[in-house]
Amino acid sequence: MSKVVARTGNEAMAEAMRQINPDVVAAYPITPATEIVMIFAKYVADGLVDTNFVAVESEHSAMSACVGASATGARVMTGTSSQGLCLMYEILPIAAALRLPIVMCDVNRAISGPINIHCDHSDTMAARDFGWLQIFSEDSQEAYDSLIQAIRIAEDPRVHLPTMVTTDGFIISHCLDRIEIVEDKEVKEFIGGDRKAANSLLDVKKPVSVGLLDLQDYYFEHRLPVAEAMKNSKKVILEVAEEFAKKFGRKYGLYEGYKLDDAEIAIVALGSTCGTAKVVIDELRAKGIKAGMLKIRVFRPFPAEEIAQALANVKAVAVLDRSDMWAGQGGQVFTEIRSALFEAVKKPQLLNYIYGLGGREIDQPMLRSVFTALQSAEKQPLVQYLGVRE
Amino acid sequence: MASLKELATRKDPLTGGHRMCPGCGAPIVVRQILLASKDPVVVVSATGCLEVSTTIFPYSAWNVPFLHNAFENAGATMSGVEAAYQNFKKKGKIDQHINFVAFGGDGGTYDIGLQSLSGAMERGHDLTYVCYNNEAYMNTGVQRSGATPRGANTTTEPAGKVSQGKVQWRKDLTEIMVAHNIPYVAQGIIGNWSDLTRKAEKAFSIRGPKFMNILQPCRLGWGYRPDATLELARLAFETCAWPVYEVENGVYKISKPKEKKPVIEYLKPQDRFRHLFKPGNEALLADIQAEVDRRWGQLLAKEAPRQGSGQ
Amino acid sequence: MSEVKPGWKTLPEGDIVKGGTAAEFKTGDWRSERPVWFPERCIHCMFCWISCPDSSIVVKDGKMTGIDYDHCKGCGICVKECPVKPNKALEMKPEREGSCQR
Ligand SMILES: Cc1ncc(C[n+]2csc(CCOP(=O)(O)OP(=O)(O)O)c2C)c(N)n1
Ligand code: SF4
Ligand SMILES: [Mg+2]
Repeated sequence: MSKVVARTGNEAMAEAMRQINPDVVAAYPITPATEIVMIFAKYVADGLVDTNFVAVESEHSAMSACVGASATGARVMTGTSSQGLCLMYEILPIAAALRLPIVMCDVNRAISGPINIHCDHSDTMAARDFGWLQIFSEDSQEAYDSLIQAIRIAEDPRVHLPTMVTTDGFIISHCLDRIEIVEDKEVKEFIGGDRKAANSLLDVKKPVSVGLLDLQDYYFEHRLPVAEAMKNSKKVILEVAEEFAKKFGRKYGLYEGYKLDDAEIAIVALGSTCGTAKVVIDELRAKGIKAGMLKIRVFRPFPAEEIAQALANVKAVAVLDRSDMWAGQGGQVFTEIRSALFEAVKKPQLLNYIYGLGGREIDQPMLRSVFTALQSAEKQPLVQYLGVRE
Repeated sequence: MASLKELATRKDPLTGGHRMCPGCGAPIVVRQILLASKDPVVVVSATGCLEVSTTIFPYSAWNVPFLHNAFENAGATMSGVEAAYQNFKKKGKIDQHINFVAFGGDGGTYDIGLQSLSGAMERGHDLTYVCYNNEAYMNTGVQRSGATPRGANTTTEPAGKVSQGKVQWRKDLTEIMVAHNIPYVAQGIIGNWSDLTRKAEKAFSIRGPKFMNILQPCRLGWGYRPDATLELARLAFETCAWPVYEVENGVYKISKPKEKKPVIEYLKPQDRFRHLFKPGNEALLADIQAEVDRRWGQLLAKEAPRQGSGQ
Repeated sequence: MSEVKPGWKTLPEGDIVKGGTAAEFKTGDWRSERPVWFPERCIHCMFCWISCPDSSIVVKDGKMTGIDYDHCKGCGICVKECPVKPNKALEMKPEREGSCQR
């Protein structure tokens, strides 16, 4: 039996963590993810979880401790945002190469400078090449559901990769939302008992060495399996989502099409913006305009073929990036989609909008203007900045 | 205390076949400390000579569980390992006592890893952090560190026409660790196996965070014949350039040399100090002696019981 | 010797090996001098064993039994540490002594 409650994104993630009941959590406070850590620490203090919580002195140490703990075979989680994630960057690819299924709650926030505590995706996007799975959430419900699924996905022997589930800072992390919470017992069943690791650093009878130095003769062979596991993870994500849907009723995929099947113009977006966009699309549809959306849920692995297929019949598509690559070529999502469409015989005209940096609001009129522009896409510049003062 | 015969019955924590320089002191630190543990150990090492030379894939010299994560995070990484162990213990999944030992070079400990170490010590994890201290970044080619003594020639603070090597005195990490009020802090050398293994045994007998700072002559960075490694370490002790002592629950116990030798006896055999013996550097040498004396005096004062404070 | 190295499909997952594999790697050819042991002088104090950086002093049942020349790098620390007087139980000899007369 599930129950409907009001929860912020942070509360929803902390709740999922309580139900997951990991062996070790190592984390450090940072706005807007602090609450996850605080709420969880209280669960520990109240004996509601069996977790050993390591209140480290930095995010670098948080991720380092996660790697150490995970190497013992423990189930390990953490949470962070922005500068904290940046401080972890050095260790993130190590976690992936060691094939440690650490699961992270990542609250998207602009990276400094200037220092800013509000939402954009620059922190998470900059971490896209470290071998971590990245799952975005439109709302608290998705964050809660995905976090539970993430444990299964990360620990699946076909994957064995660390995974981050993200919410949008403040917009999701701090807004009360109506969400359906599954029973503790059901979460436990869904996850299926303790993590089963092939090796443990604590196995003193069969000592292993982990994290060796590779010279030119082995490094490549140790990195390639990360790419392979990333490829395999697509199937696993879908399997886990299917089982989740069967048990709890909510369906997830690599992406979600919203009124996309017959759309002539569409946007691609991820995170909380998708909620606002759905309202605008409904409105346009009521006026007879065939608008739609492709919402990316899973950014790593990148569902390139799936997206190319889903966009094949759309005339013009605007990719909304809540971060820039500072390459003068558009944002990360745009670059991925453009490359995904390269081989497609049928493909839409593409535009890129970089928007919402540092928490700059994205509202319905702005999204309407994007759809309006899409109606004469051929006249538009390739990359535009939306909502910035000239 | 375990005798050498007894230690020799234990499984050697390291195999041969690693690629440390001939005569390197670092594996001696590792062997003497880990052999002192009668319980199983789990090791984390920071990046550095010890780690790269003992674990070139697919060859690992470690006969005990070993994890390397990165350069500056041995303290934090071991915190995670220990936290997981405590969790498994609490849940009854493991009952075997394990000694957790983190190794870091002086660069990975005094400098880039200081925060991670400090955090681990402050949080009270049950682990022993060992700094194998060769007083420079050896793995990357002898660059200065916060542990490099004044006057030493390094590749980032070289002796030149107008410079005599490192300008600054080294920082006193051992005292920084004492200031963490952890139950056990030791400073030692290789070259006195009975003292070092005794200190390690002591560390392993105590629950909570322990720190050991072990001077490890490096034949490449210091410049001397490979067979002099232990002799040089002993000279560091005998000249009080590297005091040997321990602090158990705040109480100092200092090993005093029979006769305190002049510091030049320690400096002279090392290439890294050769330029100090050129004419014109007498004042610098005198300075170094004065600083050694000052620090030694300061240390002795910490051991001496306070008297006459009632007036 | 050309050795066939495993590809990514056969390597174990992650960057991991079982402990102690370095024993298979020989460093004996790094030596220019070798320690030679004189058993009749040896008092089995084990000072050489506890001081060896290359775990190359072979000990059995509390007694020194020889030197592992596969791994000994010839640093000479063992000879320095040997306390036996007047003649030490370990002496350094040139690695190729005698071989040039062949
Ligand atoms: C973040 C980071 N910075 C720099 C390096 C390069 N690096 C590797 S080992 C090392 C020096 C190690 O010095 P120390 O800790 O004293 O150990 P030693 O090699 O002397 O044994 C440096 C600078 C690195 N691996 N990671
Ligand atoms: S450079 Fe120094 S510390 Fe590094 S292996 Fe050689 S002797 Fe040892
Ligand atoms: Mg060093």
